[in-house]
Amino acid sequence: MKLVWLQSGGCGGCTLSWLGSEWGSLFATLADAGIEIVWHPSISEACADESLAILEACVDGTQPFDVLCIEGSLLRGPAGSGRFHVMAGTGRPMIEWVRLLAARAQHVVAMGSCAAFGGVTAAGINPTDACGLQYDGANPGGLLGTPFRAGAGLPVVNVSGCPTHPDWVTETLLSLARGEMEAGDLDELARPRFYTDVLVHHGCNRNEFYEFKASAEKAGDQGCLMEHMGCKGTQAHADCNQRPWNGSGSCTSGGYACISCTEPAFEEPGHPFTSTPKVAGIPIGLPLDMPKAWFVALAALSKSATPARVRQNATTDHIIRWPRPAKKP
Amino acid sequence: MTRLIVGPFNRVEGDLEVILDVADGAVREARVKSSLYRGFEQILQGKAPLDALVFVPRICGICSVSQSAAASQALASAMGIKPPDNGRLAANLIQASENVADHVTHFYLFFMPDFARDCYKSQPWWHATSGRFKAVTGSAAGDFLPARAGWMRAMGLLAGKWPHTLTLQPGGSTHPINASERLRLLRVLREFRAFLERITFGDTLETVAAITSANELASWAERHAGSDFGLFLRASQALNLRALGHAGVAFMSYGAYEQPNGRWWPAGVWAGGPALLDPTQIAEDVSHAWYADAEAPLPPQRGSTLPIADKDAAYTWCKAPRLGGEVVETGALARQLVAGHPLAHDLVARDGGGVEARVVARLLEVARLVPAMETWAEALRPGEPFSVAGELPAEAEGMGLVEAARGSLGHWLSIRRGRLHNYQIIAPTTWNFSPRDSAGRPGALERALVGVPVGEGEKAPASVQHIVRSFDPCMVCTVH
Repeated sequence: MKLVWLQSGGCGGCTLSWLGSEWGSLFATLADAGIEIVWHPSISEACADESLAILEACVDGTQPFDVLCIEGSLLRGPAGSGRFHVMAGTGRPMIEWVRLLAARAQHVVAMGSCAAFGGVTAAGINPTDACGLQYDGANPGGLLGTPFRAGAGLPVVNVSGCPTHPDWVTETLLSLARGEMEAGDLDELARPRFYTDVLVHHGCNRNEFYEFKASAEKAGDQGCLMEHMGCKGTQAHADCNQRPWNGSGSCTSGGYACISCTEPAFEEPGHPFTSTPKVAGIPIGLPLDMPKAWFVALAALSKSATPARVRQNATTDHIIRWPRPAKKP
Repeated sequence: MTRLIVGPFNRVEGDLEVILDVADGAVREARVKSSLYRGFEQILQGKAPLDALVFVPRICGICSVSQSAAASQALASAMGIKPPDNGRLAANLIQASENVADHVTHFYLFFMPDFARDCYKSQPWWHATSGRFKAVTGSAAGDFLPARAGWMRAMGLLAGKWPHTLTLQPGGSTHPINASERLRLLRVLREFRAFLERITFGDTLETVAAITSANELASWAERHAGSDFGLFLRASQALNLRALGHAGVAFMSYGAYEQPNGRWWPAGVWAGGPALLDPTQIAEDVSHAWYADAEAPLPPQRGSTLPIADKDAAYTWCKAPRLGGEVVETGALARQLVAGHPLAHDLVARDGGGVEARVVARLLEVARLVPAMETWAEALRPGEPFSVAGELPAEAEGMGLVEAARGSLGHWLSIRRGRLHNYQIIAPTTWNFSPRDSAGRPGALERALVGVPVGEGEKAPASVQHIVRSFDPCMVCTVH
């Protein structure tokens, strides 16, 4: 499987995250799976006229390739001209390159939330009219439009995340190379279900605090981050707490809120990211499929049942009370 | 005169075009074009101040933590708070983790593959260097990538993940390190030290850090010709890279790594001798960039960012920052000069500081930083606070000056009625790859490229590529 990777209105962080891939050497993994990098801006030798020749050959069909990976959002501005990113050395807006190459690819993959949905580049006044390949925030459409299907029949595969976990990228590519990714393997937003069928909440190491609604109140506290600190782990689709980052990490284990970065329009939550919006003391964003009345009732009940150990640990930055050995009967 | 348009320039972070006017077989004039605009300074206007900590790391996937650090320091200065000792040490460790990772990533993945090019096939060192550093397929990547992944476990432990953590806050770190995590962190540091000492240097970090002169370095290179650094020094000597690509401007550093009394590597300017840095002398000129003109270059605290795609004199999205009206170069070499390292001083005294000096300074920093990180990790006190709380004033100004791997990074913010009123960023490569200013003075890279030989029919001369990449440019930061 031959791969072409281009970057536009993003930070390059999905590539840098990918290069932190564990489980052996990334390049060896790709070679072993028969994945050949035709061109990637961060790692290929070919530069300037050499890379231009490769990309032009990809557009005119003389250089065959299978997968087009796009990292970064697509900048349509100013006024639809795409001039906020004219690909260096070509005089041609990147959005044109992407349209031309997408028409040739068997698969098109959005690497990261920018390329999938617009992401952070589309925040605020969205100065560059940034969007994703097939979404504009949560709205279908984007640069390529809803009807777009790549050569092999799939829509744009949205490996969302800001950044993406290295394995989300690698396993998507492995799955495509093996011919194993089918429409049913993608969720409603065309994200690979192998990492979006679970919530960030699943496996969170603050779970006991969550159960008792024993909540953190300030940075560094060990308690649950949902009630006050803006955490959206109970709503965000991703396996961040089952598939550790950089050895052993995740946002919640790092002590800060999940900001739901795999979801469309996460960049404009409508409230400051690290404080939880509430109505009458109750968080607006409740766990994904939990009826509000039950949540309120259970929260009240569990708060009154909270062991002193959990309550006290929740608002300190290290364990001050620990589970004692069980008493002998 | 012929014009060469060199791009898309890869193995730099982001997209870059270099325009060369060539006459009589050499570059007469160079212009650097940053081709991507995203508008973070516009996006940040009106946001809740602490939301900057979500947005700014996402300016850049390779300087992510440096952006966090600049924002958290700018916010801390607005709030009038200071992290406790543990928070200071954790921030140092997190920033150093990124800077070390960036330095070695630059060396192994971005810079060295150029010596595997076919144009060097006739060189006696080509065979060894090409087998080692060929892009993607060379043996070095197979050693380096797993070592880098192992190193990034420090980020998993300290910051939850990399890039794009929210761990660095104005009051310190959100993740108190417990006793077991501290031990694991020390294991990560020791394991990477072993990689560097076995593969990168073939020598102890302390020995490399103690090299004091160009002559000592040359004799060290002969004794360590098989190490990866040795392979670079051999190619560099053969190609005379010491004489290539010096910009002939002053060097600037904001200083790095907070200690109880100031920064380990101090802030300052080096212009043949030491000088103090006065940040109030910084201003950005937009005469050759696609932004609405101001009457005069604006200091960043009052800076503005209004993109306009049509402007006659403009050729880039990069503004032109100047220090007291002058062009400066920033990066590892500048840091080590200002910090007074004798090897940096000797290299610059000898050749002005070009391709070789920039690369050597980066690896010298790696050799100095990892042992320093070991002492910082030892000094962490589990159980004691990693952060302090603070109040965000409704009206305030803030400034955060830090050093990213590739040089000086500054954030300037103002808060009005509890919201971000203005937010201006000057990144390392904004300095190094700046365009001409209203006085017509070219930026540092634009100067460094003048006079470089261009052979008949050459489209992207290898020497141009060495010079450009020797700055370790980050184009996504440059414009942001």
